[in-house]
Amino acid sequence: MVPTIESEAQLRALLTSLSGVDAVGAEARVAKLSTRSIKKSTKLAAIEMAISMVDLTTLEGADTPGRVTSLCTKAMRPDPRDLTVPSVAAVCVYPDLVAHARSVLGSSPVAVASVATSFPSGRASLQVKLMDVREALSAGADEIDMVIDRGAFLSGRIGQVFDEVVAVKEACGDAHLKVILETGELVTYDNVRRASWIAMLGGADFIKTSTGKVTVNATLPVALVMLEAVRDFAETAGPTVGVKVAGGIRTTKDAIRYLVLVNETVGSTWLTPNLFRFGASSLLNDLLMQRLKQQRGAYVRADEFSVD
Amino acid sequence: MSDRPLANSQLGSLEYDPAPESAAIAKLKPSYGLFIDGQFSEAESDAQFATVNPANEEALSMVAQASALDVDRAVVSARRAYDKVWSKTTGAQRSKYLFRIARLIQERSRELAVVETLDNGKPIRESRDVDIPLAAAHFFYYAGWADKLDHAGFGVNPKPLGVAGQIIPWNFPLLMAAWKLAPALAAGNTCVLKPAETTPLSALVLAEILEQAELPPGVVNIVTGDGSTGAALVEHPDVDKIAFTGSTEVGRMIQQRTAASHKHLTLELGGKGANIVFDDAPIDEMIEGIIDGIFFNQGHVCCAGSRLLVQESVADEVLRRLVRRVEQLRVGDPLDKNTDVGAINSAAQLLRIRELTDFGESEGATRYTSSCELPQKGYWFAPTVFADVSQSHRIAREEIFGPVLSVLTFRTPEEAVAKANNTNYGLACGVWSEKGSRTLWVAERLRAGVIWANTYNRFDPTSPFGGMRESGFGREGGRHGLEAYLNV
Repeated sequence: MVPTIESEAQLRALLTSLSGVDAVGAEARVAKLSTRSIKKSTKLAAIEMAISMVDLTTLEGADTPGRVTSLCTKAMRPDPRDLTVPSVAAVCVYPDLVAHARSVLGSSPVAVASVATSFPSGRASLQVKLMDVREALSAGADEIDMVIDRGAFLSGRIGQVFDEVVAVKEACGDAHLKVILETGELVTYDNVRRASWIAMLGGADFIKTSTGKVTVNATLPVALVMLEAVRDFAETAGPTVGVKVAGGIRTTKDAIRYLVLVNETVGSTWLTPNLFRFGASSLLNDLLMQRLKQQRGAYVRADEFSVD
Repeated sequence: MSDRPLANSQLGSLEYDPAPESAAIAKLKPSYGLFIDGQFSEAESDAQFATVNPANEEALSMVAQASALDVDRAVVSARRAYDKVWSKTTGAQRSKYLFRIARLIQERSRELAVVETLDNGKPIRESRDVDIPLAAAHFFYYAGWADKLDHAGFGVNPKPLGVAGQIIPWNFPLLMAAWKLAPALAAGNTCVLKPAETTPLSALVLAEILEQAELPPGVVNIVTGDGSTGAALVEHPDVDKIAFTGSTEVGRMIQQRTAASHKHLTLELGGKGANIVFDDAPIDEMIEGIIDGIFFNQGHVCCAGSRLLVQESVADEVLRRLVRRVEQLRVGDPLDKNTDVGAINSAAQLLRIRELTDFGESEGATRYTSSCELPQKGYWFAPTVFADVSQSHRIAREEIFGPVLSVLTFRTPEEAVAKANNTNYGLACGVWSEKGSRTLWVAERLRAGVIWANTYNRFDPTSPFGGMRESGFGREGGRHGLEAYLNV
């Protein structure tokens, strides 16, 4: 059972009871797992798995409906010449483009994810954040990527962070909630572990590393700490929470390292798009290129794949 | 924490296709002679023995069996090189050779890693990422000392000892050769090195490297053979120094035989290291540390953390996670880049591990053994953890030198220290806690040469390594490592 949090003091006590993270040890563990050698059929399987886990993302001020159309088309059929390539998990856009994405995707299995709650900084009142969420939902979003208030977390107002997650979760209804911790701003692994627990206790369906908008985004050690958090949460409280790594993951090599981390930290349950995602844009083309390389034994040129 | 299983999730369900390193990279020759006076030569008696790949019991190469006559040739050559050449070189010149050797080890690192894995049975990941880079690092480190001996804290112009006889074990063949040769050469000694009977190959590749580095003939001589070769070296009257790494039993014999002689002696012997875990330790990293402490190199590590002392309040949780992690270790083909635990080095060692673990069960300890599939051929032992071990069990007292962990509990820091120290050995211990003051309190009271805090089995050439009590005496590594080869 997930414990009911009734006060900030109770939440603080719970977080304090969590084991610390030894930074040197965590980084050493990741370095070791990064030497796993993934070849042949395992590599092909991993590449296809990674494709199905991509949240194909565009989060620019300069985004246009045309760009989103292109992105959605690619999301449904990543490689138009080979329909055995799985579609990606979702497209991820700003709220104002949700309706457009929804209309392009139609009844395809690709979900529409929208960042909300004053992404990326999270610096707005709760009412504004909730309105942001409701608008995205009414435009047809299936998944909401919210940001936590890092200012509140770092200054110790963890109750506020928790309450916001709870409020957004409530506003989400059936929609999937991903809670972005912005680990690059939390800095320490201990903070990442605590923030993960706040998000999970607040009702997150996913915990997500980053917005992709700050200097330090997803890293393997941070992903390790978050995977340990969802594992421990599943073991003690019950629900299985997903993990999304986002920002700076551009190559198949990177993606496979994350999959190895998932495989050896939390295992099979999480090796599905329901519980593990990559927030990325250029990663998809590299996955497609490496997939062809595995099949044909030689690289094709980059222009073989559409630029979105 | 409850004892719920991991939400029906299977760890490692993504199967990894085999990713083996090619054995051909080792470029092994059908046979190797003795490396004496700068060249390879047959043993006087032409005697040879086969060195075997412990992962499949196939012979790798034939190696010369050196007799007392051959050892004498080697010592005579070392003495001549010492008198005529090496004692007259400047520190800067010696340093030049050591740098060359270090660079050549790096250049041939892939080949050396495969040789080491074939001959020893350790996973290629470890020989590639630990053994070979550290061996090169030791040569680099002592290359830096060779022309700075005046500043090592032993007075002005400290003198070498002369001819050093060095006997090394089979668990880290090349790395132990580096630990012995690098400081000895930097200090100005000449050497006769005797590799272990079951793992002579990497030392013989090192001999090729010494030739490539144009090290003057006789400065390093390498004689392969069994225990009788080592005994001949220990008893040779013209050897000034014996450095031995190996079992306490043999170490004791060597000390008796060198007693009342001019020979200097350093011994690096067995251990029964305690990994002490407090309830505030960072649990995930601590579990990895325990795993590294005992399953690194199949537990064939003299400083292995073979006893786990865990605070009672977290004992169940630690054991649960530990067993889950042990189950996840990938045991198998040492040449596969994804293998975590390789083969036991020899049939004899496997027998000893089996004997002690059987005894552990009969003494009433609870045994958890990984359900991993073991290869049909070769020497294999599945990673094993014993819980409910008490201080009087043989598996808590004797060095098993295999992938076997004994778990004991304690309630107070005092009890942890008392239990950790209640052994004849004194090589290494680990302390796991987030509280620095407690770690220091415990470390001050532990009787061990090496104490790791929140880590285990980390080595660095700048850091001295060695034991107390039945784990031996003398230090290797760091500035302290020079003292073993200087007349100070």
